[in-house]
Amino acid sequence: MKFAIAVFSPAHAPSSRRALLFAQAVLAGGHEIVRLFFYQDGVHNASSNVVTPQDELDVPAQWRTFVSEQQLDGVVCIAAALRRGVLNAEEAQRYQRQAANLSAPWELSGLGQLHEAAQTADRLVCFGGD
Amino acid sequence: MAKSLLIISRQAPWAGPSAREALDIALAGGAFDLPLGMLFLDDGVFQLAPGQQPAQLQQKNLAANLQALPMFGVEELFAARTSLHERGLCAEQLSLPVEVLDDGALAALIDRFDQVVTL
Repeated sequence: MKFAIAVFSPAHAPSSRRALLFAQAVLAGGHEIVRLFFYQDGVHNASSNVVTPQDELDVPAQWRTFVSEQQLDGVVCIAAALRRGVLNAEEAQRYQRQAANLSAPWELSGLGQLHEAAQTADRLVCFGGD
Repeated sequence: MAKSLLIISRQAPWAGPSAREALDIALAGGAFDLPLGMLFLDDGVFQLAPGQQPAQLQQKNLAANLQALPMFGVEELFAARTSLHERGLCAEQLSLPVEVLDDGALAALIDRFDQVVTL
């Protein structure tokens, strides 16, 4: 089965941890992830500036490794990310900000990517909505 | 055939960016001509309250953006009767033409759509 997974909660929220474990279970079960889409506070999952205490699960690092190793399509909503200070080098330069905290494997793009993923997938599964 | 998506908006317009971000999903989907519906539920019905003055909170007016929904092809708009009633809002005086649904009809509505996003 093809899954599209949307994450709306920040990296420290239980729902983001559940999203990560669900995504890993999807692949372990022989299914396909057509896209991971990070929206609202979910964009913080893709920040390279999150520092997790050593004895806790480092959710952003786990996402990064998972998306890289599995060569998944990890899309972060650009409007949501800019509002929350999650910028790649290109956006940091565009808005003259000192630092970028988003890079590969993440891609900044628009909400059309969420709709396209939902259309392509058999299931859209969302985590962390209000 | 395109899959239909119901967007359930549950946050008041003054409660952070959620209301606007839910609307943005609808507007983006409308631009792609996708079959969409939007349901205002719980505090989300406050988005439909008439006569709001968001400038008093240094906020932009969400109502103007909500009016754009039909223009973007998003014409299936709903509000929960219980949510309106609990908040003292009158179904006849909302700022957007919505179909007001009883609790039983909400379940049928959610069932009718292929996919659901709740913000």
